[in-house]
Amino acid sequence: MIRRSVDREDPDRLYTVTGGRTRADDAAFDSVSLIVGECEPTPGMQSEHARILLLARRPIAVVELSAKLRLPVSVVKILLRDLLDTGRITVRHPSSMTRPGKIDPGTLKQVLVALHNL
Amino acid sequence: MHSTTSDLVGADRLAPPSAVDALKIVIVGGFGVGKTTMVGAVSEIRPLSTEEIMTEASVGVDDIGRVREKATTTVAFDFGRITLNAGTMLYLFGAPGQQRFWFIWDQLFAGSLGAVVLVDTRRLADCFYSIDRLEHHRMPFVVAVNRFAEGPGLPAVREALDLAPEVPLIDCDARRRESCKQVLITLVEHLAHLNTFAREDIA
Repeated sequence: MIRRSVDREDPDRLYTVTGGRTRADDAAFDSVSLIVGECEPTPGMQSEHARILLLARRPIAVVELSAKLRLPVSVVKILLRDLLDTGRITVRHPSSMTRPGKIDPGTLKQVLVALHNL
Repeated sequence: MHSTTSDLVGADRLAPPSAVDALKIVIVGGFGVGKTTMVGAVSEIRPLSTEEIMTEASVGVDDIGRVREKATTTVAFDFGRITLNAGTMLYLFGAPGQQRFWFIWDQLFAGSLGAVVLVDTRRLADCFYSIDRLEHHRMPFVVAVNRFAEGPGLPAVREALDLAPEVPLIDCDARRRESCKQVLITLVEHLAHLNTFAREDIA
């Protein structure tokens, strides 16, 4: 699989995309938190923000946004933080984040059933 | 490159609007062992590829000065997805077993249900480190041997890897959907089994 590496990226690009910020409040998003757009992009909006809102018309995980935007996961989290703070997205956190350390036996059973039916 | 909204969204199967929860399973293995093949065999979307930047925080958590040589290190990984039901998605990650990868385990894979260690018997040593780290992270796992050719049988593999008797060890063909399904089922049954024991301990 061929893809660009951040190492070969125009060095200014990631800096510009995040406005120079280097870290998100990581606790705000899990790699599989589902992002749901709450509005359409508006003119003048930063293009990455606009693309996220288009992709998040249906729930979409943080890692999927990362793959589609070709930006590292932590850069996407910074962009999502902006959208969350301005109410443009809502987040559905995974149960492993909201109830850490516990796997619900009912959940495991659902996974088994679904895998058998694959 | 010309990119439009339809390119972005693509023909991929989208998650149901009612999706509220997402689970993670990680497939760990050395280079070329078949991780992406396995992800692709069961995923409902073409496997996607992305990367993560190793932050200072993740280095701090996992200690060691090995990483100092470079300020920014990235780790690439692949993933796929299975819609389990209207509310729940399962994400399958293919993760490289190399050392630097483990620095981002918590950044990406905290809260995973469990892991599959994918093994090539011609390069058994490739997975020693991964098994060690999974144990360190207390992440339940099963070991699946991707059979490329004739090789040592499962009992010999178990001995070579010094696997505890309770860790499931199975043969698989990462190209075949049915076979990969069986690996995932083995993992989830193992998790259910561990769960039962954990509850009995409390009782």
